[in-house]
Amino acid sequence: MHLVYPAVLAALLFSVGVYGVLARRNVVLVLMSVELMLNAVNLNLVAFDAWLRDSLHAGQALTLFTITVAAAEIGLGLAIVLLVFRTRGTADIDRLTALGDPNEDAPESAPEAAVQNDRAVA
Amino acid sequence: MNLALPALVPALPALGAAAILATGRRAPGFARPLAILPVAASAVLALVVALQLGTGQSLDAATRLTPTGGPDISLAIHLDGFTSLISLLVGLVATCVQVYSTAYLKGDPRYPSYAALVSLFTAAMFLVVYSGDLIVLLVGWEIMGICSYFLIGHHWESADARSASLKAFLVTKLGDVPFLFGIFLLAGDAGTFRISGVLEAAAGGKLGHPTLIALLLLAGVAGKSAQFPLHTWLPDAMAGPTPVSALIHAATMVAAGIYLVARLLPVFLLSGAALLVLSVMAAVTMVGSALCALAQDDLKRVLAYSTVGQLGYMAGALASGDRDAAVFHLVSHGAFKALLFLTAGVVIHTAHTNSISAMSRMPGLRRRVPDAYWTMGIALVALVGLPPFAGFFSKEAVLTAAEHAATGEALTNGLGPASAVPCAAGWIVLVSGALTALITAAYATRLWLVAFHSPAAAAAPAAPAVEQAGGRADGHAAGAPYSPEIDEADPTQPEPPAMRWPLWVLAVPTMGLGVAGLRSDWLPSLLDGGSLRPSTGTAVIGTGLALAGILIAYAAWSSANARAARTAPAEPAPAPVGAPAADPGRTLLGPLFGPAQQGFHLDRLYSVLFVRPTVAAAQLVRFLDREVVETYVRGAGGSANLLGRLVRLAQNGNAQAYLSALLAGVVLLAVLVAVG
Amino acid sequence: MSLLAAAGSLDPAARSFLSPTGVEIVFLLVGLAVLGSAVISVTTRQLVHAALWLVVALGGLAIEFLLLTAEFVAWVQVLIYLGSVVVLVLFGLMLTKAPIGRSPDANSGNRWVALGVALAAAGTLVTLVVDAFRTSWVDLGAGGGSTRVTGEYLFRYWVLPFEALSVLLLAALVGAIVLSRTGKGRVPKPRAGKLRAGKPVGTNGRAASATTARPTASTPPVQES
Repeated sequence: MHLVYPAVLAALLFSVGVYGVLARRNVVLVLMSVELMLNAVNLNLVAFDAWLRDSLHAGQALTLFTITVAAAEIGLGLAIVLLVFRTRGTADIDRLTALGDPNEDAPESAPEAAVQNDRAVA
Repeated sequence: MNLALPALVPALPALGAAAILATGRRAPGFARPLAILPVAASAVLALVVALQLGTGQSLDAATRLTPTGGPDISLAIHLDGFTSLISLLVGLVATCVQVYSTAYLKGDPRYPSYAALVSLFTAAMFLVVYSGDLIVLLVGWEIMGICSYFLIGHHWESADARSASLKAFLVTKLGDVPFLFGIFLLAGDAGTFRISGVLEAAAGGKLGHPTLIALLLLAGVAGKSAQFPLHTWLPDAMAGPTPVSALIHAATMVAAGIYLVARLLPVFLLSGAALLVLSVMAAVTMVGSALCALAQDDLKRVLAYSTVGQLGYMAGALASGDRDAAVFHLVSHGAFKALLFLTAGVVIHTAHTNSISAMSRMPGLRRRVPDAYWTMGIALVALVGLPPFAGFFSKEAVLTAAEHAATGEALTNGLGPASAVPCAAGWIVLVSGALTALITAAYATRLWLVAFHSPAAAAAPAAPAVEQAGGRADGHAAGAPYSPEIDEADPTQPEPPAMRWPLWVLAVPTMGLGVAGLRSDWLPSLLDGGSLRPSTGTAVIGTGLALAGILIAYAAWSSANARAARTAPAEPAPAPVGAPAADPGRTLLGPLFGPAQQGFHLDRLYSVLFVRPTVAAAQLVRFLDREVVETYVRGAGGSANLLGRLVRLAQNGNAQAYLSALLAGVVLLAVLVAVG
Repeated sequence: MSLLAAAGSLDPAARSFLSPTGVEIVFLLVGLAVLGSAVISVTTRQLVHAALWLVVALGGLAIEFLLLTAEFVAWVQVLIYLGSVVVLVLFGLMLTKAPIGRSPDANSGNRWVALGVALAAAGTLVTLVVDAFRTSWVDLGAGGGSTRVTGEYLFRYWVLPFEALSVLLLAALVGAIVLSRTGKGRVPKPRAGKLRAGKPVGTNGRAASATTARPTASTPPVQES
């Protein structure tokens, strides 16, 4: 099989994952899109391993490791999401702007309330 | 002669003006003596200088004032018969006007500034008359102009006066700029600003562009002497006080243009085209203004249009090549027109209105102002040009000059060849002059009859219109242009003597100048020496036309009165305010009456041609400044703002935004690395 | 630069894209399915559906792994991803009260920039990859990814990373537990009960029931609310 097929599929899947990370509002959906990106990388690794056929089988090994790390990451990520949800009451990335510079002009009440919540909590 | 004397003549009124301005506020009691005495003294000195100079001589003296890198400017004096005559006129009229003003503007709080400006004006006029250098003449010219603008706007509380002052400024300045260039060109060609040098160069044929110079100078003359097309300021200038009109707008300032052309006539004689243009200008001015005068309701505007027309006569004489006739008419016109204006001031004071139709409804007006009535009559006869008053002789001199020019033998009196004056110029001036004589007689008669002899006034009982205060309700004809002055005098008092004997003083030369001047020929000997006696044929035709005009006007008036009496037979009540009186002008002009009353809508034409485009251009410039240039300025601020907002995005706390920027940067870098 | 027309001349077997090998066709079809479901997963407004479409995508990827002869990886993918990760995601959606049905604000305001970036990234990557691997073919011999081979290399060459990963997993586990604890969820400290002596059995029994009923305090709010 031509190497281009899996390589292009991986590239496209990766881009879809990028879109999802940047465009979705719910944090869990963002995590899902990160999983897509990781899977694209896995596909790439497996395809190149099949192409290169090295004795170390580095591609497949790394794929296994990537899968493991991804699982760990999503576990921790969801824990953080739950914590955030508990304290802020929302799982929207848009509203988690406590680290931003406060803007006097923009009439955004939620981030300011979030800022005050943050200060109260911290 | 001691040069201090002619130097003092312009200097004294200038010093007087300075003194009045200095003491006007703190010691106003000094204003009146300081107004009269310096002017009277310089009038006396002008007489002494004239007598010392004698006839047939001229005096030139100069001292270099400033080097310019080109032709030098010198403080030069040139005295000859012309200067003697005109300086005497100026001195006499100025003194009479100053005396008259002390009574006319008695209660005026700004009298000191007025008197100072009139004195300064007199000094400037003397400077123009005595000057032997073009730039010094120009200085005097402009100072006269500025005094005129200020004096027109003396009653600046009224919007009419303010706008008339601005209009005078703009229109005369429009003529003064080409005038300035004409002077530069003339001096450039002749190599000197001295008038004697210029005339020598003209005689020696060294002037390279006589037509262009002459046309440029004519522009200034048209502005200053109110010829078509720059005459529109003079009727509106009647918003100024009446003595100002008498001095400036009748006798002296408007005569300065004529005087200049007369002085530089050898230059003009080098260009037949310029003389033709001048003759056409004069013709249009004469006839047009006479028609307008026939339709005016405001007494002073009648006189203003009359002045414009008489100046046209003088310009016509100059176009025919004869400057003696022009100056003769200038002097006699100065006398009788100043007299007319001063008498008009008295009448207006008493009647409390400018409008002749309102005056026609006042009974016994002429009995209340006997001096003014009789002197006005004398001046009107001189205006019409009936013998033996001065107006007859001077007008005939003009018509004779035109006749000679028409036949090809122009009376240039040695200034240039007779063939330099085109015959067409002579014919144009002759025909229009004759027509104008007719119409002049008509409007003078109309003025006299309507203002003083209206039967409606005799029939009406003591009308309450007499006691109405000045203002819109004083009964002038609706729709007629009207320039009322702010009236300060008390109408119940008879005129003070200061307003009466200047009238008789001016009546003397009005009556006798012609006879006295030509009997012993001292007047021609004072000028270029040409004979100023009218030829018989011209005299007869001229007088005939004048009498015809009088009769026509009288007939029209009586028929108009008869019609008015018929249509309102049993009306005991006085005519309603604003109703048109029996006006012979309406009868004579017919359909032209409306346009003539509005000055043939020339003001509106100028407004459409010049004012509106200028205002539109100004609005365009304002728009460009605000929307285009200002946009750049605002854009600079806005773009800084925008940039700040963009940069702020890096700190807005939204993780997705950070990530997007990051990834976009990475992609960009990857592409750059791959490509480059 | 046409992908389909680039028939490589280096390969002696004179293969071209248009000659069907079943592997390629299946790979292509499954790839389309994967891509399609991935796109739906990131664009749909129904959050739970997004998770389910992700299942499809990941499952499809497992099939791709199979086609690429990496069987062990494929089953691990199914096991871990489809089995636990997606379940975790669904739990996460449930616990953060994701709206059932269409949610109006599933996409943030950043989506156009995101689209641009994604398209740019896609374009760059695809161009790069296609240009670089125009003439490369994968030789799909069997057995490269079997369990036996995987076990061999994993525990021979990759033992240390394997162990490190297990430590990582432990750390992640502990971290997740710590993070998801609530402050109020403490188990109440056991208190010693009052010893009452000399009372009849009946009253003692009643008193005892009264005392045991005391230590209720505030029931810790369970992690669901």
